[in-house]
Amino acid sequence: MKGASEQILQASEITAACERLVAEGARLQMAYAWFPEAGGPAEVVYLADQGRHKPFPLLRCRLPENAPSLPSLATKIPLLSWYEREMTDLCGLTFSGHPDPHPLVLHEGAHPSMPPLDPRYPKDEPMPYSEQPWDLPPIEGSDVQVLPFGPVRADVLESAQIVFYYVGEAILHCHPRLFFKHRGMEKRFEGLDPAFGVLIAERISGVDSVAHSLAFCQAVEIASQCEVPERALHLRTVLAELERLYNHLHYLGYLCHTTTLKVGEAEGRLLEERCKKLNGIFTGSRFLRGLLKPGGLRRDLDLHDLPHELRMLEPEIAGYIEKLEKTNSHLDRLITTGHLPENVAFDQGATGPIKRASGIERDLRRDHPYAAYDRFEMAIPMRTEGDAHARAQVRMEEIRNSITLILKALARMPQGPVATPIEYPGGGEGLGWCEGSRGSIYYAVHFDKDGRLGRVKVKSASFSNWRVFPYTVHDTNMMDYAINEASFGLTMAGCDR
Amino acid sequence: MPVWTLFGLKHGIATNSWPDNGGTDEQTGVLGLPRLEPDRCEENCKACVEVCLPGAIGMNSSEDGDRLTIDYGKCIACQLCTESCPNEVLTKSNDWAFGVGNRKDLIWAETLASEPAQELSENIKKYFGRSLHIRHVDAGSCNGCESELQALNNPYYNLHRLGIFFTPSPRFADLLLVTGSVTYAMHEPLLATYHAMPEPRWVMATGTCAVSGGVTGGGYSGGNGLDGVLPVDLYVPGCPPNPSAMIQAILLLLNRSKQHVYGGHYAK
Repeated sequence: MKGASEQILQASEITAACERLVAEGARLQMAYAWFPEAGGPAEVVYLADQGRHKPFPLLRCRLPENAPSLPSLATKIPLLSWYEREMTDLCGLTFSGHPDPHPLVLHEGAHPSMPPLDPRYPKDEPMPYSEQPWDLPPIEGSDVQVLPFGPVRADVLESAQIVFYYVGEAILHCHPRLFFKHRGMEKRFEGLDPAFGVLIAERISGVDSVAHSLAFCQAVEIASQCEVPERALHLRTVLAELERLYNHLHYLGYLCHTTTLKVGEAEGRLLEERCKKLNGIFTGSRFLRGLLKPGGLRRDLDLHDLPHELRMLEPEIAGYIEKLEKTNSHLDRLITTGHLPENVAFDQGATGPIKRASGIERDLRRDHPYAAYDRFEMAIPMRTEGDAHARAQVRMEEIRNSITLILKALARMPQGPVATPIEYPGGGEGLGWCEGSRGSIYYAVHFDKDGRLGRVKVKSASFSNWRVFPYTVHDTNMMDYAINEASFGLTMAGCDR
Repeated sequence: MPVWTLFGLKHGIATNSWPDNGGTDEQTGVLGLPRLEPDRCEENCKACVEVCLPGAIGMNSSEDGDRLTIDYGKCIACQLCTESCPNEVLTKSNDWAFGVGNRKDLIWAETLASEPAQELSENIKKYFGRSLHIRHVDAGSCNGCESELQALNNPYYNLHRLGIFFTPSPRFADLLLVTGSVTYAMHEPLLATYHAMPEPRWVMATGTCAVSGGVTGGGYSGGNGLDGVLPVDLYVPGCPPNPSAMIQAILLLLNRSKQHVYGGHYAK
């Protein structure tokens, strides 16, 4: 696959190869399966990241026709657990020795006639479903109470169910039941012209529209060996940072909501709204949609007045952050809340500001630069405390860095075209990536023989961070739960797809 | 005085006075649903039909030849049709998504519907006067609609000033506001929420996914919006509809605003 250095292995060699990668300091990023030929055997792909400026190692393994099974790696590389369960649900593979072999993406009671990601499964056929109780972990004791919270939750929130096992105020175990919003988005790409693929990618997670469409476009461009014009690369950088800006400001406001700092919440939401308005004025879309396409941008943007607007906003944001950092009642609720140790963050797959707040210094913008990021100095905000406050601080610094970066990119904006013609390779493959505001996003794109989209695998930031989140809830208390969840800045849409 | 209180007071009023006391809708520059000028349409040009992923634009064959039809209930405002049209039949506009009581009013009709404005719900004033409580259910959205719904409670839009509130309990809710295409797993929780609401109750399909499924509906997991799942009183397309569109639509339900669109024709 273009964009990665690949190795083709037998099923029996996968375990040793993955362990070797981890021993060398690499970290697995995602695993997925696809069917190169309709009716043929599945191929399983493992993607790893071995650090700055080194190519992404990719392990591929074609399974034998009548034995769609692999040894599970979940006990050795825990972050693969969810990917293996996803492959079981959607591609019909089995993983022997999996420690938690329950359905994940498809709820109990969903019984498709064949694995839904099999190319023979009709694109528009709904699968039969009859609601069934989930397998929940058996936790018993005279004082243990169980509280299923959701899927319809208070306020305007995305749907998910959190099952709490608790004694008094103390939480013993928190069991998120996700994927209520699973829309089968990876299947929606199948058979489409790649230009339409952007419209789907933008709608996988609404508040990460740029990050998802950028990763998708880059995967298509790498597969097609297409050189994107310099001006488009700079504009893409600006758009990606504008997205980070409104997301991080939303985050700060929402965190104030959970610590009941009312004016702080209002101010955060106001600043978020002002950023969204700027998006609307300068790009026509509050969510920065409808701008990217494989090969560049759909149209040129006039961003002449944007620096002025950002310079007006900058001191207000700085003043807001300064006040937050001096508010003891707010800080008291954040410091030590939801502690995530570095080794757990690494093993379970934490990404984005979450891992950087737990001492893992990785950022795709600097380590594997895309768009125009390699033209600018990148400071990576880091903390080692791993608590809610550290996560907030990382985001606060990223806000400052984003504004600086946007201003620099606008000052050095090259002239010229914003798109180049692109020819889609029949049977081609490409890997694209992006560091969104919530963490790393990967797109693996396989074309069919006519140059249309075949299999598109989406690895979103929230899928990784939801896996990590319960580890920070165990053995805490109910009062801190909302603060802790807000401090992770998770989305359901991105995770569930 | 505590520092945040002082800070809040010094900040002054951020709230928009729209629509009650004039002011603007604060949606400068935001591109909305495309406008249609069918007279300029060239025969045999199907450029817009071919680039419309959700199938909002179609061709109807009749004795006079092929005629363009457009269903705004399926439009995701991606602007691809306006970029591909050679004759400016479809043009970019700042008409943000609009609320209608009748699904058919989102479909562009050849002649302006001459029927008088349909009363959305005649007795809603009798029950609610000027206040409304909303229970929101996300039935499988991309989170774009939630982001805009959350914006309704920011100091700019400040929905409370209009006597409109979100409530956590369906027992206290008058309006069920649904986003998303209704996935198989959200179908039952959605119905359970609806049945937990006291009567009379109203339902608003918010965003193109809830109106028609959009590009994310269908397939093995997704439904195609609220039609056939719940009785819908108000449709608000848009991907996502911006906060002003949602305010306008809720006020329409309360008979405090006029419906702007009939037969797909937009009139401010």
